[in-house]
Amino acid sequence: MIHVVKKDIPRTRDTIIIRLLAILGALLVASIIVIFAGANPINLYIGIIEGCFGNLHRFAATIQKMVPLLVLSLGVMVAFKMKFWNIGAEGQFLMGAVGAALVVRFFPNLPMPVMIFSMGALAFVFGAIWLLIPAFFKAKFGTNETLFTLMMNYIALNLVVALQYDFWKDPGANGMPKIANFPANALLPHIGGFNLSIAFAIILVILVYFLMNYSKIGFEITVLGESENTARYIGINITKTIITAALISGGLCGLVGMFQTAGISGALSIEITGGLGFTAIIVAWLSGLKVPFIVLNSFAFAVLLQGGSYIQTAFQIPGSVAEMIQAIILFFILGSEFALHYRFVSDKKKREVA
Amino acid sequence: MEFVFFLSAAVKAGTCLLYATLGEIISEKVGHLNLGVEGMMQIGAVIGFIAGFTFGNPYLAVLCAALAGAAGALIYGVLTVSLKANQVVTGLTLTIFGVGFAAFFGKAFVGKKVPEEIVTFFQPIKLPFLGDIPYIGQIFFNQSVYVYFSYLLVIAVYIYLYKTKWGLNTRMIGENPVAADASGIPVDRYKYINIAICGALCGLGGAFLSLVYISIFPVNLVSGRGWIAVALVIFAMWNPGKAMLGAYFFGAMDIASFWLQKYNLPISIYFFTALPYLATVFVLVFTSIRKHANKKEPAWLGNNYFKEDR
Amino acid sequence: MDSVRCFYSKGENMNTQYVVNMKNITKVFGKVKALDHVEFSLKKGEIHAILGENGAGKSSLMNVLNGIYVPDEGEIEVKGQTVTISSPKDALDLGIGMLPQHYKLVDVFSALENVAAGSRKTTPFLNRKKILDEMGKLISQLGMDIDPNKKVYAMSVAEKQSLEIFKVLYRGADILILDEPTAVLTPQEIKNLFQIIRKMVAVGCSVIIITHKLDEVMEISDRITIMRKGTTIQTVDKKDTNPEELAGMMVGDVMELNIPWVDVERGEKSLEVKDLTAIDKNKVAVLDHVSFDLYAGEILGVAGIAGSGQKELCEGIAGLYPIKSGEIIFDNTNIVGKNPEDISKMGISLSFVPEDRLGMGLVSSMDIIDNVLLKDYKNKKGMGISRVISRRKALALVEKLNVSTPGIENHAVSLLSGGNIQKVLLGREIELQPKLMLTAYATRGLDVRSSQIIYDLLNNEKKKMIPILYIGEDLDVLMSLCDRIVVLCEGKVTGIIDPRKTTKEAIGLMMSGVMEEGKKA
Repeated sequence: MIHVVKKDIPRTRDTIIIRLLAILGALLVASIIVIFAGANPINLYIGIIEGCFGNLHRFAATIQKMVPLLVLSLGVMVAFKMKFWNIGAEGQFLMGAVGAALVVRFFPNLPMPVMIFSMGALAFVFGAIWLLIPAFFKAKFGTNETLFTLMMNYIALNLVVALQYDFWKDPGANGMPKIANFPANALLPHIGGFNLSIAFAIILVILVYFLMNYSKIGFEITVLGESENTARYIGINITKTIITAALISGGLCGLVGMFQTAGISGALSIEITGGLGFTAIIVAWLSGLKVPFIVLNSFAFAVLLQGGSYIQTAFQIPGSVAEMIQAIILFFILGSEFALHYRFVSDKKKREVA
Repeated sequence: MEFVFFLSAAVKAGTCLLYATLGEIISEKVGHLNLGVEGMMQIGAVIGFIAGFTFGNPYLAVLCAALAGAAGALIYGVLTVSLKANQVVTGLTLTIFGVGFAAFFGKAFVGKKVPEEIVTFFQPIKLPFLGDIPYIGQIFFNQSVYVYFSYLLVIAVYIYLYKTKWGLNTRMIGENPVAADASGIPVDRYKYINIAICGALCGLGGAFLSLVYISIFPVNLVSGRGWIAVALVIFAMWNPGKAMLGAYFFGAMDIASFWLQKYNLPISIYFFTALPYLATVFVLVFTSIRKHANKKEPAWLGNNYFKEDR
Repeated sequence: MDSVRCFYSKGENMNTQYVVNMKNITKVFGKVKALDHVEFSLKKGEIHAILGENGAGKSSLMNVLNGIYVPDEGEIEVKGQTVTISSPKDALDLGIGMLPQHYKLVDVFSALENVAAGSRKTTPFLNRKKILDEMGKLISQLGMDIDPNKKVYAMSVAEKQSLEIFKVLYRGADILILDEPTAVLTPQEIKNLFQIIRKMVAVGCSVIIITHKLDEVMEISDRITIMRKGTTIQTVDKKDTNPEELAGMMVGDVMELNIPWVDVERGEKSLEVKDLTAIDKNKVAVLDHVSFDLYAGEILGVAGIAGSGQKELCEGIAGLYPIKSGEIIFDNTNIVGKNPEDISKMGISLSFVPEDRLGMGLVSSMDIIDNVLLKDYKNKKGMGISRVISRRKALALVEKLNVSTPGIENHAVSLLSGGNIQKVLLGREIELQPKLMLTAYATRGLDVRSSQIIYDLLNNEKKKMIPILYIGEDLDVLMSLCDRIVVLCEGKVTGIIDPRKTTKEAIGLMMSGVMEEGKKA
């Protein structure tokens, strides 16, 4: 009989090969849907690439789409590293946006640098608090954080709905449920299609990388995630580590709320996330919780997002096709994980190893 | 009287949630957290409508919806059961896929009406005797057969989980697959079957929306109800009976904003849409503090089982 | 119909006196011979004890019988038929059931549900009454104290054990294997267990007990098989033997090992353990008024069957296990109650190699440098960490210990072979220049050459006048390497002896609970 046995950590070379094969397989299957939609798959796929790199404007859009996903994934990664399953990136993102909008609403006349800074700070704080709540209950009572953070997403969403449709509804919007746009001093400066959030993102990538690899707290987070026993053995303060990780994780996700409202949409609304909070979970997971891969995978995903948006107009394909292509690629990659971590072994051989 | 109408509408609104919740309870009882409920409901809704519109046959429509939902669930199943993929990530991907799938295939049907035969088949029928009970009769026994079927389903799921040996084995797998395996239970087989049932029920929940709840196929149909169902599973503490009550409660909250507009309440109506989630958080925390192992999530929920020797 | 399968059926061959006959069983794992042409037989209706030290092969032999291991050589006969057992399910079909080491019960289920799940006897629509009836019959037959409706999370360890035994019998097993069943029980519960075993035998079962406790062996068993280092030494009838003889057979003659004992004149008293007592979560005393002294320049061995309190002793001294009463004096202070970090700063280092080798001091996904860094990283001021010193230490230890690894950086330690992981663990501790070393199972699973390196290292530290507490499984090694040996049994010190002046047999007796001459209980 053939048995399945766990493999050791796969080599980078194998990882890349298997991933590429998975993507190829996915594109083949997705082609069926594309043909169904009345387009030529090859043209479509080339179209996706063109939509991202065709000209500077499109490239800027790609990078701009990458930024929130990248920072969200970094945030999710920090929590995941500690085996704290933060599924609440969406909610932290939204609450961060609420924090940023709060500053604008109550202090609309701050000079831009101060404004942006305060928006960012409050966005970070709101996001952090949003994750600290589940983290507290997990640390104290062992409450399941997957389910708790998931619920927090919808509480946040409802809060924003309430703000958008009721409390903060813009009277000057002709009855449309909308929150007033941010004034000019609350918008991130931009050059061409690139806004300041890109700079922030680059800084954050470097910071998080150093945090996880060269700082005490990053080290402690990694050890704690690996083995609570070992953490206790070398004297790590477990509660303090959980709180710090939650702060950073939630805060990073909250910051993205500022990036998107001040940089892209110019206002607070329920649509700003675009589901990126969930996408970030997938990206972080598939990147093996390593910063360089997160950068790579966020970029790849941004290509899918931007390309998907481009082919809608260029090929008259509905956006849902791009979503399905995304999902199919993800399915294949998820399936390919199996090939990376497990192998087949015959019964007789397995006995020897025991 | 108004209130009775409200409750009756709440039952109707809660029915789609009830189907999906019962489905997800079954999946979670066997240890699999499937966050693809929204996706499966969307697939069920759109396939149910297309089948109904094309064939005009309510049975066929419902059957197609169930099968479609199950098919979606099986993608999740293959990935998580046999290929050991992470359950959360796979479920989220299924939702992305389902939403895209529904939007794509549903586009051509936006604005179309639900066929006469189906509308007639699913129109509210007042049950003899039961329908005459004051208040209760109005609320529960003057509904569509789709709703009546859900009542039976609650009983069936309860019996399945707690009164049959398959349910016992299923629950054992969700609590401790190592023990289940050691007892000779074919773990993977049970997982696949339960996951498929979950998909079918979610598909039925979605189809309820597209065949009974609306009369004209809209752009945004399911719009997040799948996530309410996920919350509802926790709120109901994985119990079919509580799921029923919870579904109607959540259903009531769903339509509350519409009904309460006329009253000048001091609280924002959006409080009501958030209430289900707040209540769920409360239940989550409460059960984890009380350490009442009985009401908590299945111990092995979210973790794949890897059969290692010894 | 009896719930317990009756033994006699037609067609069995003449040798019906023996329900199990294992001949010439050999099992090799890599280079290690776990079982070497082992012979074992079980008579119908007998209680047969398998006695032996750690690593003697008792569990391996039973794993073969239970279908977990497939033997490389040899034959198994069950109830007269030659059989191949390739899974626990096969074993159960033959009527062989083993009490698992880790209880496989669902906490939120009742006893009844645990028994009914997965059982072929269970009908589609759970007929609780029928199951209750059947259970009730078997429970009274065996005189067990099981409440079918009680939830497992409300049960004591003894009740869970009874339930596990019951499960196995309910599924029709009539040959039962119990692996160290009394390890977690109180004396009263042990009495109850023995009564149950006797009742089981009375209804037609045959029982194998794996144990190391001589007094229990003498009480409950009919025949005893002694195993040592993978072979069967002898099988005797209980009435023909006594504890001393058994102890002697268990430990065997002194083996001449090539482990040099370094004669160092010992220095000052470094550690004083006074009356140390600790209890575990089941309120069992894992350390029971333990007292001994450790001097500079000596290797003090700790001998005892696994589970006698060695782990708790090490962890207790290192601050990782809660101490109920008693004192540990180091550097003129009582360190009981201090946290692990402070104790570590005082210079006490712990290297404990658990069965899975990881998780008690090494992080499997980190490379060697980071694992060395685990102990150093707090020394640097500020928020950052520096790997400069750790890198140097890592290189040093890899060289000194001849660790076979592709690299000290970016290569997870989990990828190293077991022996090399142990070398890293010990080497790291040594690089820290501790003032006192606690080391447990340092050579677990290592081959002769690697073990030698470890012994040399330890002797080096000893020459530097570092006091070393050495916990080991192999009594021969302990006797060669150590200056003195503390013998533990069930948390109590049964003797502190000089191996050069004591017989191995005497130590064996102490390990089994017999107090050293002149010692009070």
